[in-house]
Amino acid sequence: MPGKTLDFVGATGRAAVRFAATVGEWGVLMQDTIRGLRAVRIWGKLVFEQMMRIGVDSVPIALFIAAFTGIVLALQASYTFTGAVPVYLVGSLVGKTMIIELGPVLTGLALAGRVGASIAAELGTMRVTEQIDALETMAYDPAAYLVLPRVLAGGVMFPAVTLLASALGIVAGWLTAIQLLDMSTPEFVRGLETFFVPFDVVFSVIKSFSFGLTVTSLGCFFGFRTRGGAAGVGRAATSAVVASSMVILVFDAFWAAVLL
Amino acid sequence: MIRLRGVHKAFGRKVVLDDFDLDVPEGATVALIGASGAGKSVVLKHIVGLLAADRGSVTVDGHEVGELGQEALYALRRRVGFVFQFAALFDSMTLAHNVEMGLRRMPGLSSRDIRRRAAESLELVDLGELGDRYPAEISGGQRKRAGIARAIATRPRYLLYDEPTTGLDPVTTTVIGRLILRLREEIGATGLVVTHDLKTAYEVADSMAFLHDGRLRAHGAPGEIRISGDPVVRSFIEGAPELMETMA
Repeated sequence: MPGKTLDFVGATGRAAVRFAATVGEWGVLMQDTIRGLRAVRIWGKLVFEQMMRIGVDSVPIALFIAAFTGIVLALQASYTFTGAVPVYLVGSLVGKTMIIELGPVLTGLALAGRVGASIAAELGTMRVTEQIDALETMAYDPAAYLVLPRVLAGGVMFPAVTLLASALGIVAGWLTAIQLLDMSTPEFVRGLETFFVPFDVVFSVIKSFSFGLTVTSLGCFFGFRTRGGAAGVGRAATSAVVASSMVILVFDAFWAAVLL
Repeated sequence: MIRLRGVHKAFGRKVVLDDFDLDVPEGATVALIGASGAGKSVVLKHIVGLLAADRGSVTVDGHEVGELGQEALYALRRRVGFVFQFAALFDSMTLAHNVEMGLRRMPGLSSRDIRRRAAESLELVDLGELGDRYPAEISGGQRKRAGIARAIATRPRYLLYDEPTTGLDPVTTTVIGRLILRLREEIGATGLVVTHDLKTAYEVADSMAFLHDGRLRAHGAPGEIRISGDPVVRSFIEGAPELMETMA
């Protein structure tokens, strides 16, 4: 029995050391990335392209998710409130929930899958085919050339896509309310305005900004440390999505505890 | 001149280089031969600072590579062209853009100069017509040549070739060998060719170095290596593992 306990302690310790080492490696990559800010000539022209790929190309999936979330929110709020709470509060619930929680989190998780996996697979392929080494031999800083444009684009575009998605979610909730729930537009808008505070939008932007940095930096990180060919690229993409999703949920709780 | 002295490199418990020495004199072309997995590519990566030695010294033009700051290392890399084993072309770019990448990091070149020199480099490897193609649209031999064009575009002082003929058919292998010789004439770069293709090594090298068990096992002119009495070298040259077994 003591032997098994020791094995457990040893395994836990090794896992903790591996985790700490991984976080440390991510920190070193981020340090290199921040240092790369000086090399504007290298990354400046690439940010716009990444904004298109990370942000604009992600709009359809984010809007699709938001629209159906708005519909479900309106229907479930109506079902829950029946007879107990004034029905105009459907607007409050749809608006508040879309802006401060489901808009940022669902968009973040969807983009963790789409953007995080894509970045990890792309950079992972570049790693195993020595394209990143080639960049270095041509006197490019890979952090400035590959990581910085993606992280900056993520930081800018995640909030933009999230705001758009939240807005569409509210519109979908409103359409559902007036078409299926016998509510009028003034009733829905009254509910929407009742608990709205402008800080909700700021809160949403702060959250989605942190999600953008998380997804893009972890995608780059797992792509950079890819080893072992096609299987390694697959593992990198999976790790990026899993890690990003977990960190998004941790940040979600963190921001709620700190800012609300 | 490139000089390695007492270089030791291990990946985990696997020792790849163990007290390894090598000189690549100015203007010469040295072929570094050895079995697959012997650590030949690792030697090249030390020279451009992609890997750091655990112990020992790697100098290029008298500068200790491991002690260079970032800018000095970039300056060194601008003087070294690196031809990767599988070309390592950027697959999202045309061949012309691939070749232009290194030139964009050269100070004082205008956009027109960059385009002109990229076109010249592609011409030198007989790919002048294919500048607007993507790597996926050309053959393996053409990709190798495009990789060489990218390496020579900056007119480097040193050219490092990592297995330039691996995976090519015999005719294309000969074409690449002749190209290496022609580039040496036209660019005058000092060369280090890592290969296990003896035909290419004999053809392009002034001297050959044989890497075995992490050390320099033999070094000499191609004629000397060809008639070496060392059973390890003979085993490699003749492709006869039984010679090694005899020695064991």
